[in-house]
Amino acid sequence: MIILRHLLAAFAVLIGMASSAFAGVYEDALPKFAADSYAETDAAISAVAGSGHPLSLKVVEAVRDGRLLVSSGQIIIREPSGNLISAVTGQAFGPTPSGLKPVRINNRVRRAIEAALGSLTLLSSDPAARLQAARAVFRSRDETALPNLETAITQETDANVKGALQIARAAVLLGASGTSTADRLKAVEALQARGDQDALALLSTLPVGVQPEVADAAGKAVESIRSRLAFWNALQNVWYGISLGSVLLLAAIGLAITFGTMGVINMAHGEMVMLGAYTTFVVQEAIRTYAPELFGISLFLSLPLAFVVAGAVGILIERTVIRFLYGRPLETLLATWGLSLILQQTVRTIFGPTNREVGTPAWMSGALEIGGLSLTYNRIAIVIFAFAAFATLLLVMRYTSLGLYMRAVTQNRRMAGSMGIRTNRIDALAFGLGSGVAGIAGVALSQIDNVSPNLGQSYIIDSFMVVVFGGVGNLWGTLVGAMTLGIANKFLEPYAGAVLGKIVLLVAIILFIQRRPRGLFALRGRAVEA
Amino acid sequence: MTTQSLIDRQSIIVLSLLAATAVLVPVLNTVAPPGSALHLSDYLVPLLGKYLCFALLALSVDLIWGFCGILSLGHGAFFALGGYAMGMYLMRQIGSRGVYADPILPDFMVFLNWRELPWFWHGFDWFPIAALMVIAAPGLLAFIFGWFAFRSRVTGVYLSIITQAMTFALMLAFFRNDMGFGGNNGLTDFKEILGFPIQSGSTRIVLFVLSTVALAAGYLLCKWIVNSKLGKVLVAVRDAESRTRFLGYRVEIYKLAVFTLSAMIAGVAGALYVPQVGIINPSEFAPANSIEVVIWVAVGGRGTLAGAILGALVVNAGKTWFTGALPEFWLFALGGLFVFVTLLMPRGILGGGTDLWAKVRRSRTRHAPGGLPYAAE
Repeated sequence: MIILRHLLAAFAVLIGMASSAFAGVYEDALPKFAADSYAETDAAISAVAGSGHPLSLKVVEAVRDGRLLVSSGQIIIREPSGNLISAVTGQAFGPTPSGLKPVRINNRVRRAIEAALGSLTLLSSDPAARLQAARAVFRSRDETALPNLETAITQETDANVKGALQIARAAVLLGASGTSTADRLKAVEALQARGDQDALALLSTLPVGVQPEVADAAGKAVESIRSRLAFWNALQNVWYGISLGSVLLLAAIGLAITFGTMGVINMAHGEMVMLGAYTTFVVQEAIRTYAPELFGISLFLSLPLAFVVAGAVGILIERTVIRFLYGRPLETLLATWGLSLILQQTVRTIFGPTNREVGTPAWMSGALEIGGLSLTYNRIAIVIFAFAAFATLLLVMRYTSLGLYMRAVTQNRRMAGSMGIRTNRIDALAFGLGSGVAGIAGVALSQIDNVSPNLGQSYIIDSFMVVVFGGVGNLWGTLVGAMTLGIANKFLEPYAGAVLGKIVLLVAIILFIQRRPRGLFALRGRAVEA
Repeated sequence: MTTQSLIDRQSIIVLSLLAATAVLVPVLNTVAPPGSALHLSDYLVPLLGKYLCFALLALSVDLIWGFCGILSLGHGAFFALGGYAMGMYLMRQIGSRGVYADPILPDFMVFLNWRELPWFWHGFDWFPIAALMVIAAPGLLAFIFGWFAFRSRVTGVYLSIITQAMTFALMLAFFRNDMGFGGNNGLTDFKEILGFPIQSGSTRIVLFVLSTVALAAGYLLCKWIVNSKLGKVLVAVRDAESRTRFLGYRVEIYKLAVFTLSAMIAGVAGALYVPQVGIINPSEFAPANSIEVVIWVAVGGRGTLAGAILGALVVNAGKTWFTGALPEFWLFALGGLFVFVTLLMPRGILGGGTDLWAKVRRSRTRHAPGGLPYAAE
């Protein structure tokens, strides 16, 4: 008990010493709050914030929240709990005095508060709060925060926060009136290294009367930041383009197989994609009901199922309709269109016309930040998946006997038949393969698009464009076509808007087909005309 | 091959049926008292008029698909362009009776804060200009499109796909407000046409009769073309394009000519369609619409002209009935129709009927002495 009392006494002495060390600025500033003038309040806040007094943070927060009270020259803080403490000593205040009035604030004072809080929380123990404070100072460019900033920088251990602090100091130094040329040049350098929109704004609005060499350096820094931003922006566009391109690739690659091998246009191809997406929905529903712990791998379970479902429907279509229409590509086009209507309406009847909710597993949400790029995980997954599907298909075409037969039939159907290949069976399998690939494309697209009966319709024209552009009978053509269209689309968008960009692209493809009626990678030889 | 006369048995049947419709529908609508079994209610007149416009559109598709082998999946674009030309005229006729009462600008332009009329809207207040544009706009588009496509020998499914891309691009374009065609909502709220109130019964009857006349004229024009030497070349192109080229015909010029003409006919159909339904919007450009037109032709019988008319009427009547009675089954029925017709009825109703008739005749002649049992086609 005695020890405790001694400790308390020692503590009180310590506090007293600490406050006496800062005596002056803080105590001199406090009475200004009682003046009931915005200019005085403003000055008082800056002084308090710069004083380093332990109570300064409390005082500024109290002003902000209207909890700093004035009563006949005494400055009192009402704690959020409702207790009153003296702003001078920090001790509990006795009986509530009469005539308590809060210190009034206006927008000018609010700005001062903002800046002061930024500078005050710079020394907070929470790194997130420090980061926030550094950003606030960066925005306010308040000179009075400079001493706190310097202290904070020397103490800082977190590299991320330290960087933000240094940038904030650079911003303050650049704007402050009394900075030397050397310091300003260093500040410009630091801002250039930061190289984002904020730094750009800061550097392009230098204070008046700045030294010419600083203005020069700032001008150069602006140039360099601009080109840097343009570079990241272009890179981001390329990424968006690759992402769109891989979606197109997934949707079109199955079409390329059926179109290439059999020369028929499968207008129901989009509906195979839709079937794949609905398979994912059904699988997820089943998992939610019976085995919720498997939800994270629901997409992996959906892939083979979607392939089987869409592939089976494809083979069914081929066996019941398309094989009777060989040699009549235009009729095939019409019949498959009819089938697409039937499939759409079937799905609409079973699952209803509204969008169905397909969940995203936890591992696919979030984003990866690289430099100035932001890549969302689900897009990354789709890009990887698209390329994996493409590579698999390429290997199937190259190294399996089915692939060999399919290539043979593509090149010369009659000759292949004469060599003993059962072209009918190859047709059915090719159709099933193309449809199955469309089905797994549906699994991927269910992650980024609405799963509705119209899902397939929105991809069918784009997929045709890819196939026609890339050329038939060559998977590489489809890859190049999809990526070209995807990237071109994303680069046109900022200039022309999404819709106009698409129109421009469609017209470009129509014109392109005039130049190369068989696409980029056309099959050569007599067979193609047959 | 002998040139057939323009007025053969098929023409007589088609024309007399059309004439009968042109007389009967107005009579049943106006003379027969309401409530009697013979009375044709007011909403049916524009509905039938709409069917006739569709029949004219189907006719234009049959001309190129049935006789020249060009499967256009974008003919709805020409139809819609003709419709927009007419719609622009009707918009200008509203004058200051619009919601914003601007004497020059249509409502949607006032709404978008436009100050003056875009250049391409000038002249549309004058009917002859609008009527010219009804033909010229689709014709020009078809000419430019066909010029590029046919010259570089884009054929078959490739052509079909790029016609589809064309109408899709136009649909996206017309959906944009900046295009100056009313964006999403299109053109509507029409008041009068050539000074006659557009909603009144008599105007509708006149429009209906005009539609029959246009259909009859379109039929005769197509008939004349397919019976002429030009028609023979077209059929040759359809059946053996390369061979026709090697025989010395400039195939692309024939194709271009008939494609452009067909687009113009489609434009006229669109122009007659708009005042009867009272609206034109970008969904008319939807690729699905254009594909549907092709199935009308296929159902009626490709390459028969009369079959296109029959198919358009039958399918659309079916659509009206289905969407009223069993709305959720219409797409099943339409989809089934596509499959059924292509698989089992490749020559359509009319072609199938003709085949059947020929078979009957053949089985008769087989018993007659000297007959040719299986004449080569």
